[in-house]
Amino acid sequence: MVPLSWYLTFAAALFALGLYAVLARKNAVAILMGVEIMLNAVIVNLVAFWRYGNPADIAGQAFAVIVFAVAAAEAAVGLALIISIYRQRATVMAEQIDLMKW
Amino acid sequence: MDLSTLLTWLIPLPPLLSFFLIILFTHRDKRLSHSVALGAIGLSLLFSWTVVFRALRTAHFAEHPFAASVAWLPTGDSALRMGVTADPLTVVMLFFVPLACFLIILYSVGYSNYGKPRDDRDVPGSAPRHGVEPMYSRFFAFLSLFAGAMLVLTVADNLLLLFFGWEIMGLCSYLLIGFWHGRNYDNPAQITPRAAGVKAFITTRFADVLMLIGIVYLYSQAGTLNFREIFFSEEIMNHLLHTPSVIGGLATAHLIGLLIFAGTVGKSAQFPLHVWLPDAMEGPTPVSAMIHAAAMVSAGVYMIVRMFPLLSAGAGADGGSPTMTVMAFIGAFTALFAATIAVAQNDVKRVLAYSTISQLGYMVAALGIGAYVAAAFHLMTHAFFKALLFMGSGSIIHGVEHGIHHTQEKLDPQDMLNMGGLAKRMPVTYWTFLIGGFALSGFPFITSGFWSKDEILADAFAHGHWWVFVVLLLAAFLTAFYTMRQIALTFLGEPRSESAAHSHESTWTMTFPLVVLAFFALFAGFVGVHSDFPVLGELLGHNPFEHFIVGALPHHLAGIEFNWTPVLLSVVAGLGGLGCGWLLYGRRPLAAGQPDPLVAYLGPVHEMLAGKYFLDELYDFALVRPAKWVAEVVAFRWIDRGLIDGTLHTIAGAAMRIAAGARWFDKWGINYPSDKLGDGVRASGYSFRVIQTGRVQDYLLITLSAVIAVSGVFFLVLR
Amino acid sequence: MSATPIIFLVVAALTLAAAFLVVTVRNLIHAAVWLVAALFGVAVIFVLLDAGFMATVQVVLYIGAIAILIVFAVMLTRRVMQDVGPQRNANWWLGAIVAIVFFVAISSLLWRTAWPALPGGDVGDTVLALGRSLVDPNKYVIPFEVASVMLIIALIGSIAVALPGKQSE
Repeated sequence: MVPLSWYLTFAAALFALGLYAVLARKNAVAILMGVEIMLNAVIVNLVAFWRYGNPADIAGQAFAVIVFAVAAAEAAVGLALIISIYRQRATVMAEQIDLMKW
Repeated sequence: MDLSTLLTWLIPLPPLLSFFLIILFTHRDKRLSHSVALGAIGLSLLFSWTVVFRALRTAHFAEHPFAASVAWLPTGDSALRMGVTADPLTVVMLFFVPLACFLIILYSVGYSNYGKPRDDRDVPGSAPRHGVEPMYSRFFAFLSLFAGAMLVLTVADNLLLLFFGWEIMGLCSYLLIGFWHGRNYDNPAQITPRAAGVKAFITTRFADVLMLIGIVYLYSQAGTLNFREIFFSEEIMNHLLHTPSVIGGLATAHLIGLLIFAGTVGKSAQFPLHVWLPDAMEGPTPVSAMIHAAAMVSAGVYMIVRMFPLLSAGAGADGGSPTMTVMAFIGAFTALFAATIAVAQNDVKRVLAYSTISQLGYMVAALGIGAYVAAAFHLMTHAFFKALLFMGSGSIIHGVEHGIHHTQEKLDPQDMLNMGGLAKRMPVTYWTFLIGGFALSGFPFITSGFWSKDEILADAFAHGHWWVFVVLLLAAFLTAFYTMRQIALTFLGEPRSESAAHSHESTWTMTFPLVVLAFFALFAGFVGVHSDFPVLGELLGHNPFEHFIVGALPHHLAGIEFNWTPVLLSVVAGLGGLGCGWLLYGRRPLAAGQPDPLVAYLGPVHEMLAGKYFLDELYDFALVRPAKWVAEVVAFRWIDRGLIDGTLHTIAGAAMRIAAGARWFDKWGINYPSDKLGDGVRASGYSFRVIQTGRVQDYLLITLSAVIAVSGVFFLVLR
Repeated sequence: MSATPIIFLVVAALTLAAAFLVVTVRNLIHAAVWLVAALFGVAVIFVLLDAGFMATVQVVLYIGAIAILIVFAVMLTRRVMQDVGPQRNANWWLGAIVAIVFFVAISSLLWRTAWPALPGGDVGDTVLALGRSLVDPNKYVIPFEVASVMLIIALIGSIAVALPGKQSE
């Protein structure tokens, strides 16, 4: 049997990798890829808890399905934003998008 | 309340009202003002004589005097009562005081030159040259106030109300003596009316303080100030007599008596406080008449006559109380002292002033030897003939001033050496003045002055007060002498100046009062003729005056036996004085430029007499200058400027320094750190700005680092 | 020993390796491809967890839609991608530290906790149950509808954002 903690650790590792991508990558699309990985890790967590908690109660999976939807929507909007920024500023480097400052 | 008591309440009211009316409403209209004043005093006169009449007709009046009072000041269970009373003594006063005041106010109409046009050169505040008095209405207002205050004093039934009237009269004396406040003299030694008013007020004020102490002391010991309650109560009188006072050896009654007598020493100008009275001559003549005959000085004597039971408490048939001894001494001394000064005076009014002081000394001495009736009698007769003499002198002065106006000479109209020969030019004034002068000298039998003065001497003789008798006799001689001197210098012979030659008789408003007073000066004496006097005693009802007035006393006062010796001696003194005066001045009247023969006879003594024994100079040196020094240096410089202002300046300086310190603290302790704090915050803000790169990744990093740090703290440290 | 743990370990290792490559390679197209591989690995994990439907949805949605979308975005913003320098920004080391600390903290927590054991018995028809619960008014129809609305909004919004707009390209 696979202990639950293994799944959770796996999800944590995935999350950490996604986090690294968000924090350390230059390209905005790469950052978005990191976000997708993080969301994926969350869904793995949810499903694992569903399976090891009460599989009869389908609420866990329903939650995960909703998260999927959210992730999809968020990816779409994010990419649209990146494209729009690219059009305005001719760049997708996160360093150069720095208007939110003094 | 029956009519008599009601009238007694109303007597002082009209003149007081007239004062306010004139001041507030009628002062622009001269005729209305003097009419109001005359009407008011006339009303008082009417009321007074009604009360007198009714009192005389009441049987056993002495036991049931008219009296009424109101509770004026509630003090716990009881109340201090104020009221009026008309007992025999008051009735006597009410006979002559309102009459004299009325005549004086009538006289003032003429004296203030009513009817003459206003002289444009006259300035309000200076004596008028020849036109109507510029401050006409004010004069009548003040005279009314004076009369009102005197009447208040007369009808008062307690010492406090008497004191009110007393003090208001003091104020009026100041106002009236200094009436011509703007008048100044070239000679710096001559006192101005302004200074004379202050002198009068301050001197009498000093005496009044002692009197007030006496009144308060009496109230504290007796619990009441009502005359009848104190004097007719055996219990209170005994308590006062037998309680030792704060001064060892002196009973309370005697100490109170002395303190209250001090008030009379001031008000009635006895030695040593007589100095104000001669200088009070700076006031207009009606004022002199009022003050020195009818009202003020009479008030002083009236008060000690009223307080006689207290002053004489403990006096047996053999000796008097200590208070009486003091009074007799001061009175007799003053009588002689003033008479000697009067001999050497040249101002017509000053002779009369010293004469007044002398006569008041007679009355005080009379009380000192226990001659209650004689003192009251002399008070009444003196009021008549002295008022007459003063008003006569005013008429003389007016006449000479008229002459000066004619001839434009630069003369003192009051100097007798500039007069002479006025008998022909001013006959009414001459004859009335003669009558008054004879009354003053005690011309035998036909003048009232004789009877009253004789009674004092008789009493002194009968009770064996030899020193008093001799001194008073000597004073009588001198009185007659200087009176004759005055008459001769003024009226007899030839005029010694052009102005005197051009003088003329005064208007009827001035001469009518003289005639009325002359009548009384002649005939008022007959009510007090000794009951055992041959022929006249029986004829005139056995001394009705004495019978009437002794009722005011709680204990029966024994009368004296009739004796020819004092009568004859006083006749000799009186006629002798008149004769000497005539010899020196009347037989060969002085010609112009001729010096006073008395100067030659007396030599250096004359200079001392004319200089009033240099008492004013002594007072100035010993009292006035030190007082001024204290005021200027101690009070003003040291205490006011140095201590009080110094304290204020020190406090203010300290406050300023504290303020400066606070300012320093504010600037450096508060502003500076706050500014530096603000700068520091700004600087740190500037240095922290760099964190805001605008990059999301950096923000995320910071956020997550903070989260890790906080959770680390939570999980590892704060387990 | 059953096969599940071994399979799990292998798949997990591969997935993590792919994810690692996603976050480190310089060429974004390569990163996108590795992302597909990682997502595929996660789908297998879903199967291991008896969530077949989730695995299907993962493949269809994530790989089929999102990953393709990412590839499109990469291509559309490619002109600037000519420089293939290091794709790490200035503070990458801090990011690494944060990620590592995060992982260590969570996994230490995880290892301390006593988790329940796997419940026995068959899971049953999850698809049916899931479908039913998503339309059951007493269950999760509302989140379902809200999610639908949210998707519409995202759709419209992204079109609006990405439109050429006023300025010409």
